[in-house]
Amino acid sequence: MDLRILTKLNAERAARRAAVLVTDIKKGTQRLVLEADILNDPLGAHLGDALRMGRSGMIETETGQVFLTVQAPSVRIIAIGAVHISQALVPMARQLGHDVIIIDPRTAFASPERFPDVTLIAEWPDKALQMLGADRYTAYVMLTHDPKIDDPALFHALRSDAFYIGALGSRKTHGSRLERLRTEGFSDTDISRIKAPIGLPIGAISPAEIALSILGEITASLRLKADGTRATR
Amino acid sequence: MISTDDDILKQAEMWRLEGRGVAMATVMETWGSAPRPVGSHLIIDQDGNFLGSVSGGCVEGSVISEAIDVIESGTAKMLEFGVADETAWRVGLSCGGKIHVYVEKVL
Repeated sequence: MDLRILTKLNAERAARRAAVLVTDIKKGTQRLVLEADILNDPLGAHLGDALRMGRSGMIETETGQVFLTVQAPSVRIIAIGAVHISQALVPMARQLGHDVIIIDPRTAFASPERFPDVTLIAEWPDKALQMLGADRYTAYVMLTHDPKIDDPALFHALRSDAFYIGALGSRKTHGSRLERLRTEGFSDTDISRIKAPIGLPIGAISPAEIALSILGEITASLRLKADGTRATR
Repeated sequence: MISTDDDILKQAEMWRLEGRGVAMATVMETWGSAPRPVGSHLIIDQDGNFLGSVSGGCVEGSVISEAIDVIESGTAKMLEFGVADETAWRVGLSCGGKIHVYVEKVL
């Protein structure tokens, strides 16, 4: 592999853009196809499929075997609420290779002392989220259970392609949340995207356990199909 | 903590920029039960330092020694591992799968 290709591949990932490395096994040649160029590529259909599935693999072409190394952007978790659960979530998410952004307008919560080494935005979600631009590799986690803060973020999330939207709160809290969302004009299909109560049912009690259950649910959303079977391996 | 495949490729770039000889191994095909999915990477430098994995630790030793050859020769090669014979315990996959690992030099 040419170092220039490796450098370009790493730069594309840092910019949160997908790319596919195409290796011709017989010839030993390689080229990098950027997401924007996939449509016009001779192997466009194959590359598009591989990227949609997020799956690297060998394909057969007229000229022999070609390996596609798919590089999708890393998962980005946008957590609303600089709360205790978020403090536990940050190191665990990092271990999984996810990027985390914490948003909370309450500066007493969103302090660098409480959240060192993580992107922290002490702004109201509607303002902060406008700047971020969510893609389909984004997971939203609403953790304040304060409608003033969570709701604007939820509206934003439901209008995005985010692959995961979770909201903390009891069934009762979630019930009144759904009422507000319907009033805001969201359909039942929209609303059904929200995972609430948030997290896998593992009996989590402590903030770290709740963070674990949320990350487990995010992993499941990433890896499993809607029917619970494996999408990729 | 460098544990994701993304960090591993970044590390390969950094090693190369430091002037080290570097090879990259990629799981290209798997059959049956294989511990690491297609697309998993292991990077190796000329001294045998490595990061990442292509199996659960079963064949890494063999991939690393092949990778050092690849760094010297510059010629990429495809390695195959399975559990076909009694030497399997040494360089085989105890899970019973078969994998193809492509090893190439970072030029």
